Amino acid sequence: MASTAKFWREQAARYNLEGTRCVNCGAFFYPPRIVCPRCRRNGVIERYKFKGTGEIITYTTVYQAPRNLNRQMPYALAIIKLDEGPRLLSEVICDPEELSTGMRVRSVFRRIGEEGEQGIIYYGTKFVPA
Amino acid sequence: MIGIVSYGVYVPLYRIRVEEIAKQWGENGASIKAGLMVEAKSVPDLDEDAATMAVEAARAAILRASLNPRDIGAIYVGAESHPYAVKPTATIVAAAIDASNSITAADFEFACKAGTAAIQTCMGLVSMGEIRYGLAIGSDTSQASPGDALEYTAAAGSAAFVIGQDRVVAEIEDYASFTTDTPDFWRRDMQKYPSHSGRFTGEPAYFRHTIAATEALLEKTGLQPADFDFAVFHQPNGKFPLKAAKSLGFSSAQVKPGLLVPYIGNTYSAASLIGLAAVLDKASPSQRILLTSFGSGAGSDSFAFRVTDRIEEVQDKARKVEHFIRSKKYLDYAAYAKHQGKIRM
Repeated sequence: MASTAKFWREQAARYNLEGTRCVNCGAFFYPPRIVCPRCRRNGVIERYKFKGTGEIITYTTVYQAPRNLNRQMPYALAIIKLDEGPRLLSEVICDPEELSTGMRVRSVFRRIGEEGEQGIIYYGTKFVPA
Repeated sequence: MIGIVSYGVYVPLYRIRVEEIAKQWGENGASIKAGLMVEAKSVPDLDEDAATMAVEAARAAILRASLNPRDIGAIYVGAESHPYAVKPTATIVAAAIDASNSITAADFEFACKAGTAAIQTCMGLVSMGEIRYGLAIGSDTSQASPGDALEYTAAAGSAAFVIGQDRVVAEIEDYASFTTDTPDFWRRDMQKYPSHSGRFTGEPAYFRHTIAATEALLEKTGLQPADFDFAVFHQPNGKFPLKAAKSLGFSSAQVKPGLLVPYIGNTYSAASLIGLAAVLDKASPSQRILLTSFGSGAGSDSFAFRVTDRIEEVQDKARKVEHFIRSKKYLDYAAYAKHQGKIRM
């Protein structure tokens, strides 16, 4: 799990699916990019908050979890294509057997980890069936 | 006119039936279910807590009235199950709704009435003209010691209310509070589970405070029970609110639309507020709503709301309470114990 400071720096992206887009070419970026790889110096980057809806491209079920996710086994991980275009990897909260490719999902706010019982709790975005 | 500008609720998907809990402890499930008038209670998912639920309710409130979160000037979150002992839940909510940094925020604790105390605080700031909107939230993943009577009802849920003076959907006509030092329910520092005084939680605690605050409100406003279309009371079980209502002169028909405890249990700080939200979901303009919360320790806040014409514009813009009542998956006791962190790994 990320360090407290690293996680804090990524808070807007993790909490609110905040990324960026290039006003010049219309491309969306998540996680946020500060330079448009297509337009380079002609790119105009601005903050963009994704709507949080999308569809499952592919998925897997995790039966061997890191220690802090033991209680959640088995759980589903999916590559989700946001409606604006970018793809991201996220946990999808549902019975893994309910999953299918092309399934519509929406974002929710959940705990995504913690640094042990005394450490920081990490919050962020996961997805549920829409 | 100060009032509710918007509202949102959240109840987790999972439930456990009262009979399933009773079975573990050799109790008579049917008798407990009838005695409490509770069929099942909500259970948080493994990755949910009072903060995540508060965020979901707050986002629903913002969506419902198409608010700009940057117009919110104060965020108060009431809970008895804040995820951190020190590190405000309100800061997490503020970040997760993309609120401005130039806001005041704090966490409240007053057992099951911390949410209505948050509403009162927002009313003060709004009426002073210090803020445009205040966000008041009641959110809890309540805990009960395994085998304790509270385990049958201690549930999870959240309700968020935006308080302001413009775009009001329900005017707050007036309020009254009643507070004493009554040790009916408490949790000492570092203790995982709360303790309570058994039957003492009834007459000297719930009924005394609920009735005194409501009577004070009726006296202050000159209103009669018959002047209200709905009456919502804190609902630790199904029987208490109906009994309090009856002794105050309210009918069960006024209470039942906001009585959710039979389906989701006692959601603590959110309990009376989810009841209020359920009533707002179906209220018509100019109807009047009574809300009386109760928090152990002990105190009650009683409010008179008058629904405005604007209610119809917002009712269908976010998930209604009915949606959360219908969406459910039942757990057995072992899965519930895992969800509630009752099993140490």
